[in-house]
Amino acid sequence: MNNLLIWPVALPLLTALLALLWPRRSNWIGVAGTGLPLLAVLLVSWQVAASGPLELALGGWAPGLGIALRADGLSVLMLLMSALVTMAVAVYASVYFAHAERRGEFWVLWLLLITALHALFLSGDLFNLYVTLELLGLTAVVLACLGGSRESLQAALRYLVLGLLGSLTFLIGVALIYAGYGTLDMAALGDAIVAGPTAWVALSLMTGGLLIKSALFPLHFWLPPAHANAPAPVSAVLSALVVKAALYLILRLWLELFDGVVTQAAAVIVGVLGAIAVVWGSWAALQAERLKLMAAYSTVAQLGYLFMFMPLLAALPEGAGRELALGALVLLALTHGFAKSAFFLAAGIIMQRAGHDRIAELGGTARSLPVTAFTIALAGVALIGLPPSGSFLAKWQMLSTLFVTGQWVWLPVIAVGTLLAGAYIFRLLGHAFAPGEGVGPSLSVGREEIPAVLLALIATLLLGFWASAVWELVPISAYAGGGA
Amino acid sequence: MTQVLLYALTGAVLFMLGVRAALLRDTVLPRLLALNVSGAGVFLIFVSLAYRGDSLPTDPVPHALVLTGLVVAVSATALALALNRRLREMDNE
Repeated sequence: MNNLLIWPVALPLLTALLALLWPRRSNWIGVAGTGLPLLAVLLVSWQVAASGPLELALGGWAPGLGIALRADGLSVLMLLMSALVTMAVAVYASVYFAHAERRGEFWVLWLLLITALHALFLSGDLFNLYVTLELLGLTAVVLACLGGSRESLQAALRYLVLGLLGSLTFLIGVALIYAGYGTLDMAALGDAIVAGPTAWVALSLMTGGLLIKSALFPLHFWLPPAHANAPAPVSAVLSALVVKAALYLILRLWLELFDGVVTQAAAVIVGVLGAIAVVWGSWAALQAERLKLMAAYSTVAQLGYLFMFMPLLAALPEGAGRELALGALVLLALTHGFAKSAFFLAAGIIMQRAGHDRIAELGGTARSLPVTAFTIALAGVALIGLPPSGSFLAKWQMLSTLFVTGQWVWLPVIAVGTLLAGAYIFRLLGHAFAPGEGVGPSLSVGREEIPAVLLALIATLLLGFWASAVWELVPISAYAGGGA
Repeated sequence: MTQVLLYALTGAVLFMLGVRAALLRDTVLPRLLALNVSGAGVFLIFVSLAYRGDSLPTDPVPHALVLTGLVVAVSATALALALNRRLREMDNE
């Protein structure tokens, strides 16, 4: 029993109510409501790192009938990313929405989104995961259409309908699991699930639903318009965190619950789709004329890398080698989370000052907004995977796993993806550093520029130098052992 | 047992019909209706799972899950309808 686990979920939920009741003070409530869960997450992480996985049976009901919250290495890392990114974005949003008419609505939804994310990362029960997934989807959709433009409403509606299809497919998988094994508690299922028709069908349905939500090629088409047309702080969390939630679930299902059910063939299919996503997403990012659209296509590509880890993980036996590869996957996901949120915030600053985000007309940005241009360059280093960023180490580990498992075929994809990423980042930097009239008269460092640059620094420096912490936390699992 | 299987299979067929229609239609309202048919199929599967023979009381867990699922489905449908209405209003302006 550990009551600490309730706070990362309860604090944003309570402050969301406060923000609803007191819209005029919602800026302060929103920032505080994001900061308090960060403290709780830090405490949880410290405890997990010191003494292993934590578990809380809600209301004192034992798992099985009741619902358990669990925190282990993987969930703590995702929680840390989500809490740190939302903190920085909240500070940014308090400036971005300072005088906006709809800031009350924004903050309520924002805090509910944090509640859903944290509940998802802590949940130890399949049905509870479905509920948090829906809660996350619904809040994300409403946040995505806060801009109010026709394009953003259309994109949000498409996002909602596809998300609904995805979660229904996930839910039917949950039903099959309950029919087959009589429980939805993930710790009990980890031991119970054995390879067979029920497990295969359930896993395919649940994975299919989650792949829609994590925008794997060819199910990615809803992502670029939805992410590119949302207000900047919303795009940042959609791209950095919300798609990662579905990915986190796929990891849990594939590596812990259905360990031994997953076949190499299934993993290769997902890996091939990931590889296509890397090449196609990077190519589309290179062609994009708008900064935010480029960032959104880059998200499709970066998610592709994460799925390319699947055939590697499936080929490795459980043990140190697999933990190294899993650590690399998580490190890549974390680096992308921080770098992409920094990138979207910087794009938002440029868009606010210049009134547009057309890449070809960004000349002079580096002179008038030096900190923001620096942020984009730093985030670009992490997106390409140059040293000393976390993604450099992750890709390095990915390459060495390729050699260990003999799966050389993926090598050209990584090379092409990295080169294309270099091309689209340098094309952007070329325009930003070119002479031009600039995007605004201001030379001062804005309060909104600092959180963006901090996020980019975390991606490029902190995760690069402290990457070993990721590899130390990943093996602390609450769901040790599969049904194999 | 065969009766339970009949209900569960009906649920699966409903789910697939709904998914098929949702993927083939390109307007919002039929798509939403189709997704709701799919949802009904999923809930039917859950409800039929709860039956444990005449001698035992029904399993309460799937019932609780269906209730939660219904709430989620209704809210998501309402949100989609509201978004669709806003889009229509924009077209008329």
